[in-house]
Amino acid sequence: MVIAGCDVGSLSAEAVIMKDGSIVASEIIRVRPRPEQSASDVMDAALSKAGMTYKDIEGCFSTGYGREKIPFASGNISEISCHGKGAQWLIPSVRTVIDVGGQDCKVIKVDENGKLVNFVMNDKCAAGTGRFLEFMAKVLGIGIEDLGPQGLSSEQPVSITSFCSVYAETEVLHSIYEGKAVADIAAGINHAMSERVKALVKRVGVEEDICITGGVAKNTGVVKNLEAALQVSAQKLTVDPQLIGALGAALFAREALANQNR
Amino acid sequence: MIVAGFDLGTLAAKAVILRDGEIVSSEIRGIKAVPEKVAQDILDKALSQAGLSQEDVVYSVSTGWGRKRVPFANLDMADMPCLAKGAKWLIPSARTVIDVGGQSIRALSINEAGKVLEYNTNDKCAAATGRFLELVAEALELKLEELASLAAQSKEPAKISSQCCVFAESEVVTLVNEGINLIDIVAGVHDSIVRRLAATSGTIGIVEDVVMTGGCAKNERLVGSLGKQLKVDIKTVDVDPQLVGAIGAAVIAQEKASAA
Repeated sequence: MVIAGCDVGSLSAEAVIMKDGSIVASEIIRVRPRPEQSASDVMDAALSKAGMTYKDIEGCFSTGYGREKIPFASGNISEISCHGKGAQWLIPSVRTVIDVGGQDCKVIKVDENGKLVNFVMNDKCAAGTGRFLEFMAKVLGIGIEDLGPQGLSSEQPVSITSFCSVYAETEVLHSIYEGKAVADIAAGINHAMSERVKALVKRVGVEEDICITGGVAKNTGVVKNLEAALQVSAQKLTVDPQLIGALGAALFAREALANQNR
Repeated sequence: MIVAGFDLGTLAAKAVILRDGEIVSSEIRGIKAVPEKVAQDILDKALSQAGLSQEDVVYSVSTGWGRKRVPFANLDMADMPCLAKGAKWLIPSARTVIDVGGQSIRALSINEAGKVLEYNTNDKCAAATGRFLELVAEALELKLEELASLAAQSKEPAKISSQCCVFAESEVVTLVNEGINLIDIVAGVHDSIVRRLAATSGTIGIVEDVVMTGGCAKNERLVGSLGKQLKVDIKTVDVDPQLVGAIGAAVIAQEKASAA
């Protein structure tokens, strides 16, 4: 049975193709101007990697903020459910999923079946989202992927206390004027980011095991800071953390198909 | 008597030199170095414009975010009293001052003597400040100065739903991609800022005359729309509105020096 999931977010789009319960191909792209186009482009790429065509897909669910506009999807479901589902399928002991995406941050609690129990989310303010890191990396003049490694090499992180991205930008600029090292500023940024996420996590509480999904999970600096702040150790994912939403969507497509065939 | 006032904001530093109660020179510069250096640079520039040297200055007062970092200032003072003093000095009938700077919104009501009676500020969020307009201008590849006149051409302002500056930047890019007219997007951005400014300043009780100061007072669309929203006629000052805090600091310097 071939199923697929497609996650069209605000900054990136992901596709996952599964065959008989295993991931056979996946793709991540930067979003295009329109969600339909992002979806087609990312799915075309994943299909070509798998050596398949749209005809091979028996069921496909879409998720993410553009999920209702995906022409080839047979159904759609919220990204909150999908992240919970995908993470719990990968690591059955997971009960708390912290998903830090491009423009939002969610803390999702699931039961032993991957079913949503509770969640909190911030999508009103860029603090604690990938966009914050992107904004800060630009001010610092380094790539977003360098923030983690740079920050980890610091022994004297600068203190960044502002919540607002714009105010934090000013703090970063003033640190630059004062001649602080890039690594120390990067460490300050990662720490500030993890503090924002921690504030959200505290609202629903931590239940272990936890895992971190979304693009920000690739920032080792933020992950380390967050683990320290929450006094937990996050479970390591065996697939790219950005793919979890699309993976969850594929799993929902599989369930829908199974129900149909029953 | 020669005195000086400094206002070190988060984004711009301003200096004003007064001689016998008249502004003889001023300087505004973006902060691109440590505040101490920027303060010295703008003082030197303003002094040289006026043909003066630092020894001529009998008293100086600093204000703004970086007010503790002006080494040569005799006194540092909080923003609000300086803003109130500056606005009152420029427009004696002022009873409400709405200052919208690079990252701050400050609404204050003042009495006949220029004393601050009540105030409200934006606190932890830069929404609806100058930086918001700057980010939008950058995203749309427009100049900050042309935003107001572009907005004036719109008949159907777009709806901007994000309050967060950073999200609004992404939102305007999305609107452009959706084929929405640039002028309608720009007008929508102004409307969203005005709603927020009205909400922040409305809480202090608006008493006329109302004066708008800070860099955003250069945007006539914001001044006009905010006036409509608050149902008052908003006045602007006849000097650069970014200078009002520094002018207030200089006026206070003059009072201190006279009293000594």
